[in-house]
Amino acid sequence: MTVSQYRRIDRDHSRFRQIVRGKIKQNLKKYVKNGNLIGRQGQDLVSIPLPQIELPHFRYGPNPTGGLGQGQGQPGDPMDGQSESGNGNAGNTPGAHVLEVEVTLDDLADILGEHLGLPNIEPRGNKNILGQRHKYNSIRKTGPESLRHFRRTYRAALKRTLSSGLYDPNRPVIIPIRDDQFYESGRPVPDPETSAVVIYMMDVSGSMGAEQKEIVRIETFWIDTWLRRQYENIKVRYIVHDASAKEVDSHTFYHLSESGGTRISSAYDLCLRMIDQDHPPSEWNIYPFHFSDGDNWGGDDTRRCIDLLEHSILPRSNMFCYGQVKSSYGSGQFKNDIDDALGEQERLITSEIQNRDQILDSIETFLTPGF
Amino acid sequence: MNLPPELAQIQKEIESHAISYGLDFFETHFELLDFDQINQVASYGGIPTRYPHWRFGMEYESLSKGYRYGLQKIYELVINNDPTYAYLMKSNAIVDQKLVMSHVYGHADFFKNNLWFAHTNRKMIDEMANHGTRIRRYIEDFGQDVVETWMDHCLSIEHLIDPHAPPYSRYDPRGRPLSDSHQPTQPPRGQSGNQRQYMNRFLRQRSRSSQNLSTEQSLATGQDNLPETPQRDILLFLIENAPLQRWQRDILEIIRSEAYYFAPQAQTKILNEGWASYWHSKIMTEKVLTDSELIDYADHHSATMAMSPGSLNPYKLGIELLRDIEREWDANSKDIERHSISSNGTDPVITGKQKIFEIRTIYNDIGFIDTYLTESFCRRHALFTTSIDPKTGEHVVDSREFGDIKRLLLFQLTNHGRPLIRVHHSNHANRGELYLVHQHEGVDLHIESAHSTLRNLQAIWKRPVHLETRVDNEGCILSFDGKECAERSLSSTS
Repeated sequence: MTVSQYRRIDRDHSRFRQIVRGKIKQNLKKYVKNGNLIGRQGQDLVSIPLPQIELPHFRYGPNPTGGLGQGQGQPGDPMDGQSESGNGNAGNTPGAHVLEVEVTLDDLADILGEHLGLPNIEPRGNKNILGQRHKYNSIRKTGPESLRHFRRTYRAALKRTLSSGLYDPNRPVIIPIRDDQFYESGRPVPDPETSAVVIYMMDVSGSMGAEQKEIVRIETFWIDTWLRRQYENIKVRYIVHDASAKEVDSHTFYHLSESGGTRISSAYDLCLRMIDQDHPPSEWNIYPFHFSDGDNWGGDDTRRCIDLLEHSILPRSNMFCYGQVKSSYGSGQFKNDIDDALGEQERLITSEIQNRDQILDSIETFLTPGF
Repeated sequence: MNLPPELAQIQKEIESHAISYGLDFFETHFELLDFDQINQVASYGGIPTRYPHWRFGMEYESLSKGYRYGLQKIYELVINNDPTYAYLMKSNAIVDQKLVMSHVYGHADFFKNNLWFAHTNRKMIDEMANHGTRIRRYIEDFGQDVVETWMDHCLSIEHLIDPHAPPYSRYDPRGRPLSDSHQPTQPPRGQSGNQRQYMNRFLRQRSRSSQNLSTEQSLATGQDNLPETPQRDILLFLIENAPLQRWQRDILEIIRSEAYYFAPQAQTKILNEGWASYWHSKIMTEKVLTDSELIDYADHHSATMAMSPGSLNPYKLGIELLRDIEREWDANSKDIERHSISSNGTDPVITGKQKIFEIRTIYNDIGFIDTYLTESFCRRHALFTTSIDPKTGEHVVDSREFGDIKRLLLFQLTNHGRPLIRVHHSNHANRGELYLVHQHEGVDLHIESAHSTLRNLQAIWKRPVHLETRVDNEGCILSFDGKECAERSLSSTS
């Protein structure tokens, strides 16, 4: 029983984490659909309820006969401060609790990536080399003492001592001479730092109901998670629009309910202004996402949207994603229109989301090209 | 041992007090660990040399998390072994170390002297290290996934043993005590079973002359409808009768032997904790406590004994019952002395102290509660049963009737609060199917986990498995045939 043995737990612990990962992957669709991971985020951790990871046993179900207690009160009185799980375990062995495990958002992104088979994004060009790093990755014969490579030096000295017959097994002292010394050496490597901006636009006209917004919320959470995994610096901006567009913070974005008509071009205008003012394409990877129910007001505006996309936004963006959420009011015509006009543009990706089940498919559609 | 001198000195002192009170224990070693090491050891149930399995990792995760968030902290950890091992947390104050040590000597005495621990292997730390080695070797030979899947199956039914059985019936038919570390090179089963079985198998094999049917399979489907009487030790039944490979049987045996090792600890929670608390309180207050430590001690002692309004604390129940009994017997013996009734010599007068030592020797929780929980005790400690108000979903006080309280408490303690399940037939429907019966005591099974557990059982038995139980007062059979779960009512089929 020595302390060194105790680290055995590492193996079992990492095995457990592996199983957790597998379970999350297996149930990813369910988690995505319920949206119950969102709002559980800590700093960079998500805690995920995993009901089925414990080994099943024969045990009693919820116990109608109750438990034992101690204290004041008449029969029929509620037990104070004991609104939940107040009883002991009256034949109600533990296991009723749901295990919550924590995974980092990065892990979650990897799981998503593995599940959907997403490629890593290749940043555009090498315009975003911002720094250099010194990396020790080779060996040379000269250098400062502080970088002496002990093992190699010792090995060289040992070889020399043995071959010259000076080695004395009774007094195995090895003294390196100048010739034996090896030093670590390195060279600067470019450290690509890429920054990206995600611009979420959402239609908040009257036809987008609570369920539609929830779908958008879930989908953007996962897109965010994935893109944050890919880029070290990521900036997220939010635009809502009905007949006119404005920039909002994320809380407003998800909770705003407006009504009124729909002029999608207003959002695209604002998006373009944002890019030109703050995020020049030479320095930023740009990802505009637009969610709407596809019910634009009038063909003129749609033509204007197509024009904006084709000549201004698409050339500046890594990709432009349009997600059309099905609503009972929307005609859904907008997707058809831009597909017809710009279908051959590979940087434009459109997808239709009928219901929560299709969120994952839609994410796959958006992120598979890997621009 | 490796305790710092100050603690070593305290240990010596407390040990001598414990001995002077009449406690009797194996040599006891304390080790000082930091919180992370304690969590690691606790994840392995106190024995860090155990076999590898992810559930220990899961335990570690939840312990570390609980510690990090300040929800829980492991105070004491004692291993039933000779020598007895116990762990102290480095960061604890001296007064806590004294409390824990005194408490540990109570447990150590209980482990050594309580009847229900008599059969446990006192070299279990070594034994479990051997188990670990064997299982690690299987993992090397057969692969992590294969072995892990098998262990998951076995661990899912690890509670299906017979913890109330007298120890002699726990020996398996090969005449080896459970605790023996047997090599996986056991003789083939034919030579170990009884003659008749062996012949049956032999004859059946010849008549079928089917090569692809394994010998084990043919035994499982043999005409013998085992067991002769319903058997609670289902693990033993499987070890003897399921079509297993040698390493699979060995793992099942390992899990069974560890289950029997841990069973008495669950069977004596109230008495064991009560006994240890009784002694830490006595040693601390009568002997080792210094004036300056009094407040901290009182604070920590009362935290351990605290009863939240809705739950029953085994420490508290145990210590109060023991103190009650001691008082009563002391009063009795004084009465007897005063009236000099007993002097005809047949019944020696038993003092309170002698009485509680007797109790710690012969009782487990069920016997203890059944014999000594009295109506006046329940009233004095304001015990009640609870139920859930169907309208509000809240827990409400249900009854303060002594009968109700005692019945519920005994029910909770029976079979560690787990359902009683026996194997009835191994050749159900003459198709080699396994038939288990749940002895329904008024509480239904958790159906979903029962189905999952049946899956695991089927993976061991290989043929379909059935479990007869009652759901909503109606007989019902849950089955798993290797492909799908089924659930049918008993009344409609018979």
